[in-house]
Amino acid sequence: MSSFVEIIHLVNLVIMLAAALLAVLFRKLLPSVIALSVASLLLSLEFYLLHAPDVAIAEAAIGAGLTMAIFIFAIRGTR
Amino acid sequence: MSPMSKIVRTITKFVYSIIIIFGFYIIVHGHLTPGGGFQGGAVTASAFALLLVSYGSLASKKFVKKDFLSFLESSGLTLFIALAFLGLGTTFFYNLLANSGGWFGNVSSVGINPGDMNTGGVVPLMNMAVGLEVLSGLGVILLVMAGAMEFTKKKENL
Repeated sequence: MSSFVEIIHLVNLVIMLAAALLAVLFRKLLPSVIALSVASLLLSLEFYLLHAPDVAIAEAAIGAGLTMAIFIFAIRGTR
Repeated sequence: MSPMSKIVRTITKFVYSIIIIFGFYIIVHGHLTPGGGFQGGAVTASAFALLLVSYGSLASKKFVKKDFLSFLESSGLTLFIALAFLGLGTTFFYNLLANSGGWFGNVSSVGINPGDMNTGGVVPLMNMAVGLEVLSGLGVILLVMAGAMEFTKKKENL
């Protein structure tokens, strides 16, 4: 049982690192922001797996929702 | 800002009320389950952000004014500090409603139980005050960002 949870942790962290790397490597701005949002959502899943559902709700609402909305406003302002 | 495509707008129409109800659920059940005033307010404000991004800023500004949201934020903070001053007969932040039998005043049961909504004293009221403050504060931030973006675009086009 413990090794199963550890496998989920490892897969989650690897996907999160890939999403963070894509957020740096994308040339266009909107896909980069979406990759950053995916990394934040997976960070909230990691918080939930570490038995901190309070922090997970706050991270999913602010990191993946509100920050992405404000970034989209800023990107539309630059065009 | 121009509105997004018709698919996004239709999905938003179905989803935003469910997100708002879930945020209010997190606020009201703050003393029993994970989450509280801040988390529920952030979830409700994210529903507002979804509405603002998908429909464009001007369509949403007709029924939500910035001054009204600022008034709601100030009233939430005032309610919080008034509830804290209400127990000043004993100490600051004294929980004078707990175990009194009135509002949120049931005696909390010991052991494994599904949880009683009517307990906690002044804590659920403080959760509602913080939730009101956070949702209107984040709404003011979103409205100001959308308005500043439009102001910048108008100034560049001149």
